[in-house]
Amino acid sequence: MEFFTEYGAILIIIAAMAGFFMAWGVGANDVANAMGTSVGSKALTIKQAILIAMVFEFAGAYLAGGEVTSTIRKGIVDSAIFAERPNDLVFGMLSALLAAGTWLMIASFMGWPVSTTHSIVGAIVGFAAIGVSVDAVHWGKVGTIVASWVVSPVIAGTLSFALFRSVQRLILLQEDPFTKAKRYIPIYMFFVGFLIAMVTLLKGLKHVFKDNGMALSFTDSALIASVVGIVVAIIGSYLLSRIKRDLSLETDNRFANVERVFAVLMIFTACAMAFAHGSNDVANAVGPLAAVVSIVSSGGDIAAKSIMPPWILLLGGGASRGFAAELGAAATVVIASGTGLPISTTHTLVGAVLGVGLARGIGALNLRMVGSIFLSWLVTLPAGAGLCIIFFYIFKASFGQ
Amino acid sequence: MALSNSISNIFGVSPIKPLQNHMAAAIKCVDLLDPFLKATFEDNWDKATDVFDKISAEEQSADDLKKQFRMHMPKSLFMPVSRGDLLSIITKQDNIANLTKDICGIILGRKMAIPKKLQDDFIGFAESSAETCHKAHGAINELDELLETGFAGSEVKFVKKLIRDLAAQEQKVDKKEQKLRKKLFNIETDLSPIDVIFMYNIIDQIGGLADTAELIGNQVELLLAK
Repeated sequence: MEFFTEYGAILIIIAAMAGFFMAWGVGANDVANAMGTSVGSKALTIKQAILIAMVFEFAGAYLAGGEVTSTIRKGIVDSAIFAERPNDLVFGMLSALLAAGTWLMIASFMGWPVSTTHSIVGAIVGFAAIGVSVDAVHWGKVGTIVASWVVSPVIAGTLSFALFRSVQRLILLQEDPFTKAKRYIPIYMFFVGFLIAMVTLLKGLKHVFKDNGMALSFTDSALIASVVGIVVAIIGSYLLSRIKRDLSLETDNRFANVERVFAVLMIFTACAMAFAHGSNDVANAVGPLAAVVSIVSSGGDIAAKSIMPPWILLLGGGASRGFAAELGAAATVVIASGTGLPISTTHTLVGAVLGVGLARGIGALNLRMVGSIFLSWLVTLPAGAGLCIIFFYIFKASFGQ
Repeated sequence: MALSNSISNIFGVSPIKPLQNHMAAAIKCVDLLDPFLKATFEDNWDKATDVFDKISAEEQSADDLKKQFRMHMPKSLFMPVSRGDLLSIITKQDNIANLTKDICGIILGRKMAIPKKLQDDFIGFAESSAETCHKAHGAINELDELLETGFAGSEVKFVKKLIRDLAAQEQKVDKKEQKLRKKLFNIETDLSPIDVIFMYNIIDQIGGLADTAELIGNQVELLLAK
């Protein structure tokens, strides 16, 4: 089209800038998470944590984020309606990036916890429904997405509740929790490895295999994932074997050494959390970018690089609780990513934390904060939509459409 | 940038550690009761005044800790133990510090001399009462372990045993109190009536320390029941 030959370069530059802005917003949000928390477990240095998180964020976005990216790109709006007016789609997606980025920045300045996912989805629905036509939105799909926002924290809460209860039964309530922790924690590590490998095999590498004429049955995938899980568990066992019991720590709290063992497990669940975050939040930031220009991989790269590792440092309740919440949340997000549902990592994690809290596992939870996180749900959708519509009309006007 | 929208904000400050710190301050008061009494038995009122000043300082710091604790207990906190129970525990812990200060304050103000015949029993009674407070401190110190286990299993049994020990200790204190009152009754006609009234009063308050410690134990038991 003439329009694209004339403005192609400038559109790509704007898209790249918008993408960067958006990534900055995501980064700022998560840096806050990292900064706001004390490094409870000294299992990793900050540098190592950043490196690991970067690798897993990128791996998550690259290996398991495809479905979410495609939902954001094609699932919410009806591309048939845009077939005759592709520039509107380009403007819309650019506006969505800018709107989400702007909203995330505003929220970071004001100290509101908002979800990247909700900003993006709100923005896309906003420009499509109001800027173009109400029919341009796949309302069924949007309904599914919104429903998943309600369901995901509940599932994550249930999972983390069950995980914490299993830790209680297997380890904390036993006669010798230190030895029991060393014995049973590799099982949880196995689950982490299995989960990541399974989603990668079933969803991420599907296209790679198809291109090479390979096909893996579900059983094959499960077998390979099990092997990965076992390898992860063996590596974990080695790390655990290096933790020696230090009795001097137990004068104040008899569980101090047990917590040190859990701190090792936290490294693994933090990797899972970074992977989950990459597969969903990063992927849905990449979605609009991918729709504008085909620089998905470099865009993913930008997004992954700017993200700090919030998960490893998180959770003041001690490593034995932190792990239960993280693994519960990561499992939920990764599974949602596999089905292409863009859900909020923040909200899922909040649900998971509440799950552990309900199992009487956490000293104190600030319900007012929980309330404001869930309230930000309702505010973020119209805010993202409103900002997006404004940007959309600015674009249209400045390109003389 | 004011980046405070951290998910970590959903974690409130756990009430356990501040509660334990407050109890530790109250126990410091109680531990000064013994040197205070011994100084008065030696008729060394300068030393007694010094010790009393220390007790006042500790009582003040306990008071500050209590105020801070209450300030950080908004109703919006979701905790594994009830907010009401915690507030009631800290009030009782504070009573221990207050009672100790009152006891020493009356003795110092009146330069009350405990009769030589009663001194051994008196100090034994006071030490025994202080021991009850220590046992309550022991139970409070288990709260972080209780939280770690999610208020279940063998840790609960362990704390229940601590509370039984505490109750048994309080009964010992009661026996000592009866004995001391009897001894005082036998010699009270030889003493100034006003002094005697205050001596009974002091004995009452020292017994009150043990009673308060037992109440703390009961309250901890309630935490376990939920």
